[in-house]
Amino acid sequence: MSKFLIKVGQGSCGIAAGAGKVYDVLNEKVSGNPEVTLSITGCIGMCYLEPIVDVYEGDARRTYCKADEKFALALAEAVASGNLDADALKAYEIAEEDKDYLRKQTRIALRHCGNINPESIEEYMAADGYQALTKVLKTMTPDDVIEVIKTSGLAGRGGAGFPTWFKWNAAKSSPGEQKYLICNADEGDPGAFMDRAVIESDPHNLIEGMLIGAYAIGASEAVVYVRAEYPLAIVRLTKAIEQAEKAGFLGENILGTGFSCKMRIKAGAGAFVCGEETALIESLEGQRGMPRLKPPFPAQKGYWQKPSNINNVETFANVAWILLHGGEAFAAMGTEDSKGTKVFALTGKIRKGGLVEIPMGKTLRDVIFDIGGGIKNDAEFKAVQMGGPSGGCIPADLLDTVIDYKKLGATGAIMGSGGMVVMDESTCMVDMARFFLDFTTKESCGKCVHCRLGTKRLHEILTRIVEGEGREGDIENLEELCTTVKDGALCGLGQTAPNPVLTTIRYFRHEYEAHIRDKKCPAGNCKTLIHFTIDADKCKGCTLCARQCPVDAIAGKVKEAHVIDADKCIKCGKCFESCKFGAIVKD
Amino acid sequence: MEKEFCCTCGSKSDLTLLEPVLAKYASVPGSLITILQHAQDIYGYLPTDVLWHVAEKTGIKPAKVLGVATFYTQFRFKPVGKYLILLCQGTACHVNGAKLVEAALEEELGIKDGDTTDDGLFSLKTVACLGCCSLSPVMMINDETYGSLTPSKAKEIIRELRGKQA
Ligand SMILES: Cc1cc2nc3c(=O)[nH]c(=O)nc-3n(C[C@H](O)[C@H](O)[C@H](O)COP(=O)(O)O)c2cc1C
Ligand code: FES
Repeated sequence: MSKFLIKVGQGSCGIAAGAGKVYDVLNEKVSGNPEVTLSITGCIGMCYLEPIVDVYEGDARRTYCKADEKFALALAEAVASGNLDADALKAYEIAEEDKDYLRKQTRIALRHCGNINPESIEEYMAADGYQALTKVLKTMTPDDVIEVIKTSGLAGRGGAGFPTWFKWNAAKSSPGEQKYLICNADEGDPGAFMDRAVIESDPHNLIEGMLIGAYAIGASEAVVYVRAEYPLAIVRLTKAIEQAEKAGFLGENILGTGFSCKMRIKAGAGAFVCGEETALIESLEGQRGMPRLKPPFPAQKGYWQKPSNINNVETFANVAWILLHGGEAFAAMGTEDSKGTKVFALTGKIRKGGLVEIPMGKTLRDVIFDIGGGIKNDAEFKAVQMGGPSGGCIPADLLDTVIDYKKLGATGAIMGSGGMVVMDESTCMVDMARFFLDFTTKESCGKCVHCRLGTKRLHEILTRIVEGEGREGDIENLEELCTTVKDGALCGLGQTAPNPVLTTIRYFRHEYEAHIRDKKCPAGNCKTLIHFTIDADKCKGCTLCARQCPVDAIAGKVKEAHVIDADKCIKCGKCFESCKFGAIVKD
Repeated sequence: MEKEFCCTCGSKSDLTLLEPVLAKYASVPGSLITILQHAQDIYGYLPTDVLWHVAEKTGIKPAKVLGVATFYTQFRFKPVGKYLILLCQGTACHVNGAKLVEAALEEELGIKDGDTTDDGLFSLKTVACLGCCSLSPVMMINDETYGSLTPSKAKEIIRELRGKQA
């Protein structure tokens, strides 16, 4: 055992923030020193502090944030001299306030993320790994397992929140020799990244959860359908599958119990609708990802028409813990309606963006303000978008809404997969609705008319409004069309696509009206509706704005008030940002 | 579209490169997408003659192969530049100003989303989320991710890559 163990956080976000460079420098400096072991870990969820480096000295752990090359050199020196109290490191030490980010969480699905090395099955096993599987295979029947999951109250974390035990039981009870277990790692909600984090940071936890599920339903083959944009997740999971095979947890006659199951990865090819379970199955079969009519449900006729069960990554990530600690322990957390914990991805205009796992029953305010630190640059909170393109925007006066499936559903938004995109006053809600409809229009598979054409018409009306061409009656038109699309669409994509429009109309109708009637965008976001002018009293004639303007629309002599030629102005906002005297007026 | 897929005359792709992939997957049901992904890795895009070849070897109708290939946004039918820029336009990135970054990249590169620069160096493609939302706006260039972008930072990154060519 060496004296120091250094772990560099190497999730995608850490790497994007520069963790690779930090690792390389450390590697060069400390290799050869027997007192230091250099290793990696996944994403601890404090993405706003990446790159993060942990240094262990025995049991003591010190966490350093926003590490860079300078830090790496200082740390190499500190461990070489055996003294971690060096001043050069102090500036990087994690602040007390940031330690709270983790302290305020209850981590089950994420329990190993950012702690263990995701590429080491030994570390996973030392942390409690594969104990649940061993217990299940050696001492429990499939029905016992389903009973524990039923007691736990675990519901699907992929969006719909359907009880997991029920699906498992249906697949188990379906007649047939060959059954399949599928993991949905398509993570289509733009703004959610917990599934990526779990696979990159704790792939064995996913494998173990899936194996327990496979045993429960009687599947001998398991497939993980991973989003194409997640190359690192695919690399780590591939490695983990190989390790699990070698260790005898995957393959023939697992742990000598007679249970056999193989596992493989299928990389998606970029289509949001493939997150829908029947479209995903079509895609697995090498087809265009178009949803099937339900029933029959996958539990009856799924992959290759055989009984199949599909769960989300986070759903599986809870399973091993539940089997180890009992269904009651999980059900003890949460509300009447929603049990256990849920992971949220905090992004947008939030101060502390990252992953947060909390028990159900906390409020939105707890997550966004207490843990997430509120809004960036002390701006005003305006809304939080939950559930992605299928969800909705929740306004400030509903911040005390309790997080559970029913209560969130009542706002018009949904729990979804847990993406929380936070917005401040500068976000235009009509534009947000247009943004999501642009997305669903492009991602509609085209199979049913309501979705294919309905989303297109919605998008056209919204575009018209943000471009200042909105007409009286547009809001009512939108509402009516939304209802038609909701009722008529074949799959969840179309049925939920109107949600962003309906919730923004419900809570921000005045913004729609301002666009339509006054031709104004209150958030100052929609280009055709904003105008830039210069307040002659405030302008000092410093010429900075004129030099910034890319189209030479600003004229004026040094030390004299400038003017903007409205005909030339392309409303890029560069003058507004650059003026030091607040002389540029945007309205 | 029609033009791109009209015929295989002037076929020029080295089809032998695909042999190992076809040997492994051609007769495994449900492998079409996997084969196309490997083909794209090999050729950089999906040339028409390769698509026909896949159809022939797998026994899947050419129309179906094309149907699948055009359904998924990952597949390309034109060669891409040395650097493939995937610019995120997901929700988190959108809220944090990804549109401005897109405009800056388009200005710097002189191309629009989906195009490749004349010198064959850069291709620009917008995508829906790279999973690094907490560092938004984000772009990925050949598997390397760049976060917390501003219009000027994005331009700088392009200039740096361009400089490397000299
Ligand atoms: C358009 C659409 C997209 C979806 N995308 C995803 C996704 O990316 N990931 C996911 O786990 N579930 C997604 N779902 C939900 C799945 O259809 C399915 O309900 C889920 O994978 C079941 O797993 P669970 O019970 O563990 O939640 C999507 C549903 C729809 C209608
Ligand atoms: S929204 Fe851009 S990386 Fe997720």
